[in-house]
Amino acid sequence: MPASLVDQAAIVGIGQTEFSKESGRSELQLAAEASLAAIRDAGLTPADIDGLITFTLDTSDELLLMRALGLPEIRFWSRTPHGGAGSTTTILHAASAVASGAAKHVLVWRAFNERSGHRFGQPNAAAPPLGWNWYLPFGLDTPAKIYSLTFQRYMDAYGLTNEDFGRYTVVARKHAATNPNAWFYERPITLADHQASRWIVEPILRLLDCCQESDGGVALVISTAERARDLPQPLVRLRHVVDSHLMGGHVMFNYYLEDHSRFEECHSAAARLYGESGLTASDMDAAMLYENFSPVVFMQLEGFGFCGPGEARDFVRDGHIELGGSLPVNTHGGLLGEAYIHGMNNILEGVRQIRGQAVNQVAGARHVLVGGGRGAMILAGD
Amino acid sequence: MTQVIAPTPDADDAWFWKGVAEDRLLLQRCAECRLLRHPPSPMCSGCNALAWETLPASGRATVYSWVVSRHPTRPDADPRIVVLLDLEEGVRFVSNLVDCPLEDVRFGLPVELVFVDYDGVRLPQFRPARS
Ligand SMILES: [Zn+2]
Repeated sequence: MPASLVDQAAIVGIGQTEFSKESGRSELQLAAEASLAAIRDAGLTPADIDGLITFTLDTSDELLLMRALGLPEIRFWSRTPHGGAGSTTTILHAASAVASGAAKHVLVWRAFNERSGHRFGQPNAAAPPLGWNWYLPFGLDTPAKIYSLTFQRYMDAYGLTNEDFGRYTVVARKHAATNPNAWFYERPITLADHQASRWIVEPILRLLDCCQESDGGVALVISTAERARDLPQPLVRLRHVVDSHLMGGHVMFNYYLEDHSRFEECHSAAARLYGESGLTASDMDAAMLYENFSPVVFMQLEGFGFCGPGEARDFVRDGHIELGGSLPVNTHGGLLGEAYIHGMNNILEGVRQIRGQAVNQVAGARHVLVGGGRGAMILAGD
Repeated sequence: MTQVIAPTPDADDAWFWKGVAEDRLLLQRCAECRLLRHPPSPMCSGCNALAWETLPASGRATVYSWVVSRHPTRPDADPRIVVLLDLEEGVRFVSNLVDCPLEDVRFGLPVELVFVDYDGVRLPQFRPARS
């Protein structure tokens, strides 16, 4: 008996374009290519798709994508707010749609030219979004600076240095090095390389702590587990999926909750994810954790209960997150090593692990946690 | 020199920037239950009252966190120390630390309010407390 209706859903198809720094084509074309690949991977045709979900930030219009793919009728569509923090939320929306019967086969996509077009990592210019008056005039004009105000407290609370964060990057690049999809395929780094990269926000983030800026698109098809059994790919059930957003919290300027040494929304998401599913952190065979910056991996390792508060430094140092470790993390290289497709490529890797199709396969992976910080899902096999 | 992006006051914060122009750091307080709130909001999260009043901050605060902001594409711009402050009144506030060598910045540093003009953009700033 599923813990909630959304647990009846399954991810039946995945697709992507190549990941690059200059795709040479429009964002709509990237969306269409990735979507068609996902539909074909699912063993479906465009005519089977009746739901569409993407990010509010995505520039591709639903009606134009329908015309590109040849989708005759869409019965459900929605978009998720707050960028990568809404990455796992797309799956919650899709699962809700198929569980309720609002749609049968929902296509989720995210595609952009985030390196050759609009770059998120560059300073915000004038004409800021609403609410930025409290930050932009004071110099908080890039995500690296904005997030570092909280990372600094986490480092202080548990005595971490930038070198500790570098150990995650080394693992991400090691995993990417054997993943032909990854931008950093066959380009591993050492901790010394990390420590030689330039400061972005001293003494917190170096260049190699920051995610890539990438061009590319990914897509997934969500249906019910019941329908998935008639489709060609190995079953990837959505064992559970949650979102958790707290009053006073913020996706970027998360400055107003009391204690910055913990990722509060991650803890509250984890409590519901495990409490409602009956599973625990120790049931997870691998984890794909959203990382716009390396410290977020550490805070999620603690938030999702893979180790205790302040223990992520040693957890990473002791090799637990590497292939062969107790909890391989971001086996495709993550957003630092593979590409930055706004966290959605991390979900694809979770699917590949459960299917047994990953290039860096975790043998016998039965449960994979995909974490977006303030939201998460557990993927499971049959 | 320090390059500052000017605030663009909107319907929910224009009163704050008007206060800054008069060298006052104003905080928003619920007129019903007296709950202080920052950033401001048109409705009180505690009691849902719409009526609110302003409270001039004392200007006393301590540093909760900080980063050095170096401009990534304008190397000529002076670095700025961005601070997240615990104001004495009990709300967090983002500002800058001025008149303070980088090596003196620390968590819990007591600071006090000053107003600084950056090429026509007036901002509430903080310096190490002298009193
Ligand atoms: Zn009130």
